[in-house]
Amino acid sequence: MTREHLRILLPVLSLAVLLAAVFYLQPRAMSYFGLNLLFNLAIPVALATIAQMMIIMVNDIDLSIGTFVSFCACVTATLVQDAPLLGYAVLLAAVLVYAGIGAVIHLRGLPAIVVTLGTSFVWGGLAILVLPSPGGASPDWLQSLMKSKPPLVPMAIIAATLIGVLTHLLIKRSSIGVVLQGVGGNERALERAGWSIVRLKALAYGLAGLFGVLAGMALVGLTTSADANIALRYTLLSIAGVILGGGEFTGGRVSPIGAVLGALTLTLAASFLSFLRLSPDWQIGAQGAILILVLAIRLLVTRREAN
Amino acid sequence: MSHITTTTPNRAAGLRDLVQKPWIWAYLAAAAAFGATMVISGGQGAGSLFYAALTFAAFSAIVGVGQMFVITLGPGNVDLSIPASMTLAATLALKFMDSNPSLILPGLMVAIGVGMGCGLFNFALILLLRIPPIIATLSSSFLFQSLAIWSNRGIRVKPPEPLAEFTTGGAVFLPNVALVAILIALAAWVVLERAIVGRWILSIGQNLRAAQLSGVPVNLVRFGVYVASAVLAGVTGFLLASFSGGANLNMGTEYMLMSIAVVVIGGSSIAGGNSNVPGIWGAALFMFLIVSMLNSYGLGAGVRLILTGLIIVTVVAFASKKGYAA
Repeated sequence: MTREHLRILLPVLSLAVLLAAVFYLQPRAMSYFGLNLLFNLAIPVALATIAQMMIIMVNDIDLSIGTFVSFCACVTATLVQDAPLLGYAVLLAAVLVYAGIGAVIHLRGLPAIVVTLGTSFVWGGLAILVLPSPGGASPDWLQSLMKSKPPLVPMAIIAATLIGVLTHLLIKRSSIGVVLQGVGGNERALERAGWSIVRLKALAYGLAGLFGVLAGMALVGLTTSADANIALRYTLLSIAGVILGGGEFTGGRVSPIGAVLGALTLTLAASFLSFLRLSPDWQIGAQGAILILVLAIRLLVTRREAN
Repeated sequence: MSHITTTTPNRAAGLRDLVQKPWIWAYLAAAAAFGATMVISGGQGAGSLFYAALTFAAFSAIVGVGQMFVITLGPGNVDLSIPASMTLAATLALKFMDSNPSLILPGLMVAIGVGMGCGLFNFALILLLRIPPIIATLSSSFLFQSLAIWSNRGIRVKPPEPLAEFTTGGAVFLPNVALVAILIALAAWVVLERAIVGRWILSIGQNLRAAQLSGVPVNLVRFGVYVASAVLAGVTGFLLASFSGGANLNMGTEYMLMSIAVVVIGGSSIAGGNSNVPGIWGAALFMFLIVSMLNSYGLGAGVRLILTGLIIVTVVAFASKKGYAA
C-alpha cells in the first residue's frame, strides 16, 4: 500500500512544484481563466495518455496512438459533423478494430511495437482520406461542452479529475481492471486460472481505442477543426506521460491518476517557458528536461526505499 | 552485399539454406515491388528507379544499422532519438561548414562529434539514472530537437558545392551515398558476425544475466552500441542534408519509424539477440520501392499510406512467425 502511495506522490509533487513556479512567475495565472488556459490542451493529451496506459498495462507499446487520435479528430470534424450516424459508426468500428489488433497481436505472437508501427501508417492514410486538407468543423455540442464554463472550477480541471477518477475506479478498483493488470504481471498464471488472454488483450486494446476516440473528439472540441497531422506528437507524449505518472513498461504496473498528472505536467512544462520569457524554441526541450528530472528523483526515492 | 539471384538451382541444399535466411523475405518483397512497378511502366525507367531506390534506401540503411545494434541488445532497447540526433548533427555541421569547401572534412567530424555527444548523453541517462532506454532516448530527443531548433533559426545553410555534388552524384549504377551505406553495412556485418564484439552484443540480447556472468563487459558494449547508433544517425543527417541542399528541422521525422521498420522487416528479432545486416538493405530498398510502386499506380497519399501500413504488418506477420519458430 505504501509503495503504491509513494508511486503516486512523485507525479503529484512534480505537478505541484511546476504549478507553484508558474504562479510565482505569473500570479495572474492563479485564476479561473488562467487555470483553464494552462490546462485546456491537456485534456486530449490526458485521454491519449490513458489510452497508451491501457497498452503499456499489458506489456505492449502503442506507436500508433498519435495517428489514431489524428484520425479520430478528422472523423469527428467531418463525418460526425455532417452525418452523425455514420460518423459514430466509424468511431465505434475504429474501437473494434483496435480490439481486433490486440487479439491478432496475441494470437500470432507478433511484436506490438512493430504492428502498431504499421497500423500508424494505416490510420495516417485513413485520416488523409477523410480530411485531405486541414479544416472541418466541431459538432456544436462538443464545442460547447469543451468550452463550457462551469461555476468555481474550470472545465479543464473537472475533466482531468473525472478522467483520472473514473479510470482509477476501472483499473484499480474493479475486478476486471485487476485482471487486466495481471495480464502485464503474469500472463501465464492468469491463463492457468482460466482467463482467456486473447479476450483480455482485446479488451485492453479496445479500451485504448475508446480513449483514443475520446482524445480525438476532445481535441476537435477545443480546436474546432482538424487536420491529418494534428496529434502526431501524442505518441511520444503519451508514453512519456505514463512513465512520468509512475507507470512501468513491464509488470502491469500503471497508475491512471499518475498518468493524468503526467499528461498535465508535460503540458504545463511546454507553457512554463513562456512564463520565464524564454524562447519557445525550448518548449520540447523543457518537456524532455522535466521527464529526466522526475525520473532522476524517482531513482533517488526508490534507492532510499530499498536501503 | 548479398546477391540472392546468383544461387545455382542444382544445389538444392544451398537453396534451402537461402530460403531459411530470415532476410530473404525483404529482398523478395523488394523485388516484387520493383517488378510490379515495371509492369505498370512497361519496363520503362528500370535503371532510374533502381538508382533512386539505392539512393534513398542508403539513408534508411545507415540509420537502420545503428538501430539494429540497439535493438539487438534485447527487449526495451530502442533508440528513439535517431531523428533528433540526425537533425542536430546536420544543422550544426552545415552551420559550421558555412558552404565552405575547405571545411568538408572538419564538418564531417562535427557531425560525428555531435552524434557521439548525443550517444553519450543517451547512455548516461540509461546507466546513471537507470531510465529505461525508450524513455531515455525519447526525453533526450526532445532536448536535441530543441537544441536544433534553437541553433537553426530558420536559416538554411547550403552545403559546400563539392559535398553536394558528391552526395547527389554517383557512378553509372551506384550512387555515392549508396556506396557509403554499403561500406557501413559491410563494416557492421563484420562487427556483428566476425568480431568478438558482435558475439557480445548478441549474447547480451539473448540473456543479459548470462552474458554478465560469463564476463562480457556489458556496460562497455551497451555504451558502444548507443554511441554507434547516434554517430550513424549523425552521419546520415550530414549526408541527407548535403543531398537535399541543407538541413531542415523535420528532416529526421520519418526516420524514427523507418529505422525500426527496416530492422524488423529485414528479419532481425524485435526482442533482440538475433539480428542480421543484409536484411536491413533489403528492407530499406523495399520501403522505398513499395512507395514508388503505389505511386506509379496513381494512388493518392492516403491510400498509399494505408497500403504501406498493411504491407508492413503482413511482412512482419510472416517474418516473425519464422523467427518465433526458430
